[in-house]
Amino acid sequence: MRSTLPISIPSRFQPAASGSIIDFPAEASCFQVEALSLAYGGKPALQEISLRVPRHRVTAFIGPSGCGKSTLLRALNRLHDLNENVSHEGRILLEGQDIHAPEVAVDELRRRVGMVFQVPNPFPMSIYENVAFGLRLQGGLTRRRMDDIVEWALQAAALWDEVKDRLRASAWSLSGGQQQRLVIARSLAVRPEVLLLDEPASALDPISTLKIEELIRGLKSQLTLILVTHNMQQAARVSDYTAFLQEGELVEYAPTDILFTNPTLRRTENYITGRMA
Amino acid sequence: MSAWSELASQRLPRSEGPWAWLAAGSVALSLLMLGGLLLLIAVRGLGHFWPAGVVQLELEDGRALAGRVVRELPLEQGERERLYYTANRDLDGQVWHWLAVSDIVASERPRDLLVLERRFHGEFIGRLVEVGSVDFPDPTSTATADWNALQASLAELQALRSERDRLRREQLRPLIQQLDADPRDAQARRELAAVNERVRALQHAMQGKVAILESADGRRLVQPLDEILRAWRPNAMTTGEKLTAWARGVWRFLSEGPRDGNTAGGVWPAIFGTVLMVLLMSLLVAPFGVLAAVYLNEVAHQGRLTNLVRISVRNLAGVPSIVYGVFGLGVFVYGVGGSLDEWFFSDELPSPTFGTGGLLWASLTLALLTLPVVIVATEEGLARIPVQQREGALALGATRFETLTRVILPMTVPAMLTGVILAIARAAGEVAPLMLVGVAKLAPQVPVDAEFPFLHLERKFMHLGYHIYDTAFHGNDVQAALPLVYATALLLIGVILVLNLTAIFLRHYFRTRHGYVPRQ
Repeated sequence: MRSTLPISIPSRFQPAASGSIIDFPAEASCFQVEALSLAYGGKPALQEISLRVPRHRVTAFIGPSGCGKSTLLRALNRLHDLNENVSHEGRILLEGQDIHAPEVAVDELRRRVGMVFQVPNPFPMSIYENVAFGLRLQGGLTRRRMDDIVEWALQAAALWDEVKDRLRASAWSLSGGQQQRLVIARSLAVRPEVLLLDEPASALDPISTLKIEELIRGLKSQLTLILVTHNMQQAARVSDYTAFLQEGELVEYAPTDILFTNPTLRRTENYITGRMA
Repeated sequence: MSAWSELASQRLPRSEGPWAWLAAGSVALSLLMLGGLLLLIAVRGLGHFWPAGVVQLELEDGRALAGRVVRELPLEQGERERLYYTANRDLDGQVWHWLAVSDIVASERPRDLLVLERRFHGEFIGRLVEVGSVDFPDPTSTATADWNALQASLAELQALRSERDRLRREQLRPLIQQLDADPRDAQARRELAAVNERVRALQHAMQGKVAILESADGRRLVQPLDEILRAWRPNAMTTGEKLTAWARGVWRFLSEGPRDGNTAGGVWPAIFGTVLMVLLMSLLVAPFGVLAAVYLNEVAHQGRLTNLVRISVRNLAGVPSIVYGVFGLGVFVYGVGGSLDEWFFSDELPSPTFGTGGLLWASLTLALLTLPVVIVATEEGLARIPVQQREGALALGATRFETLTRVILPMTVPAMLTGVILAIARAAGEVAPLMLVGVAKLAPQVPVDAEFPFLHLERKFMHLGYHIYDTAFHGNDVQAALPLVYATALLLIGVILVLNLTAIFLRHYFRTRHGYVPRQ
């Protein structure tokens, strides 16, 4: 991985009303979102969003409810495909390739771009089977190799020590925090390049939240993480870069410490200091 | 304040007003009616098998009668009337006697009164005079009744009968099969003749004895022992013996075929037919219902047309069942069955094979009838699956099909089974459509046997519901059939209960597997 990244390059797509938008060279970017507009049944949800997500870093999307941060996140692995009412314009490139290109298989894209949701959603199977689920979809693995990957994934998600003696137990018997780490392990098992996290800790208690945050910080050596959160302290604690969205627009996108200490725009400052209605 | 009113005020706070009482009252009333109905059916049905005592009566006009009290009704002016079952159809021509209680001069319960269940003419109630040889029956014998001799002769007869059945099963049948394969096998032919001779000898021995019987009014009767199914002396039995006899009676009811135009004997073919038909129906309806629900909920574009289909499916559940019966008769029996006969069984025509009502068509018709229930239940189950489960699978790179088959459908199994439970409950009690598409008044051959292809889908079958209808309204002796109607109704409830419990346990298993509990 790269040890240093350029931090402040003026954006080519910077809208007039926006604050500073950090840019990364294409070769350091995992995702490149280019002028993405998205609408639910004609009602716009995202407007002309352009940003680049750096590889092997934690990027946080923050903003008030309904600002479009989750919508943007779900656009990155084409989860909106399920909804016939969603229309979009603009492009999203993953490693230089348009994810909406006809030759891109959406299931392969989603394997490369994993996702963890707000509410832990383990399948009603054993712990082992949950982690092995994605592997079984791909097939062609020996039993031993499968066991190895499951163990590796559970260790990577810091869950192995808690469940190694009861891999055959139901995933639903775990606590909420354990379930969320199991879901992360399940995503890691298919070796994604990117992991999207949609408010992964908002349904958890503080201790579980802490564990998830540690996990996120530890995982960035292996993959790119994109985090959507309501919790600004959380964004400040775990992310390297933070994008602030409001009413479907990208307002400001900067290194996290800069955004939280020295935002360029008043409305960013208002939001992060809690002065916004 | 009494404990009761304290409890009542705890459970039903005053502020809720009369509504809580009204609701509780209607629940109580429903339960009471349901419990009453079940109790009535159970008492009348199970009571039938109790070997009730018999009384000997002397009437004012000098007549003598022996029989069982069936019921008693009040007449005018404080007079009462009793119904007696006196059996002896071959002597009296009628087996039921309404007698005014005031006409009865004497009534006693002699221990030597005998009840026989016979293959012909129903039961006999009277006394045993003598057990003798068929060649010299002596109707004027003055010998005293010998209950033990009768029991011994009946046991001997039973031994002969089982020996004959064993010979038939173990020697005659293999020999006949051998001869079928090679008709010129002289050795087998000789053996067959020898075995046949032994069977004939046994049969002759069985017909060798008669009982001389005397009715309460002194008329005599020569009864071949071979035609006696059972004999008992209810007035001489202890409670323990009666209980054993009752249990045997219940078992015979469950395990034997019907006799005497369905007014006696058991209902085994009807139990078998009902269960088999319901199982076949479930096998047919479950895949179609599930596929239809999956299409409606997962594949089809959710638009006006899909909603129209959905509403239509729900409304189909309200179509009277006889309409399905007519549809089944027209389409399945005459249409499909007629064509099958023309194509594959033309050498059997004009007697139909599939072109007449049968097990397959009945199951198909009921599957059609219960399809909406399964579709609706499965659809509701699919809709209840949290969207996170879908997205979780998709986010791991599963295709929509993989998501459906590996995550969604396994989670929907309990809902599907709920649909099947409702379908079973509806189908097992349905009679009207079956009358058109394959149920029979009497089909002693069950549709499963050792003969290829083992399951005979074209055969007519017996059904408990239809059996109730037939015994109650089409028998030649409604009084005799009435307790059987209650017993059959109880049995039908039992069969439905067992089928449902099986499905419920299955559903519970799928629900608790991996500890899946729907979240609040």
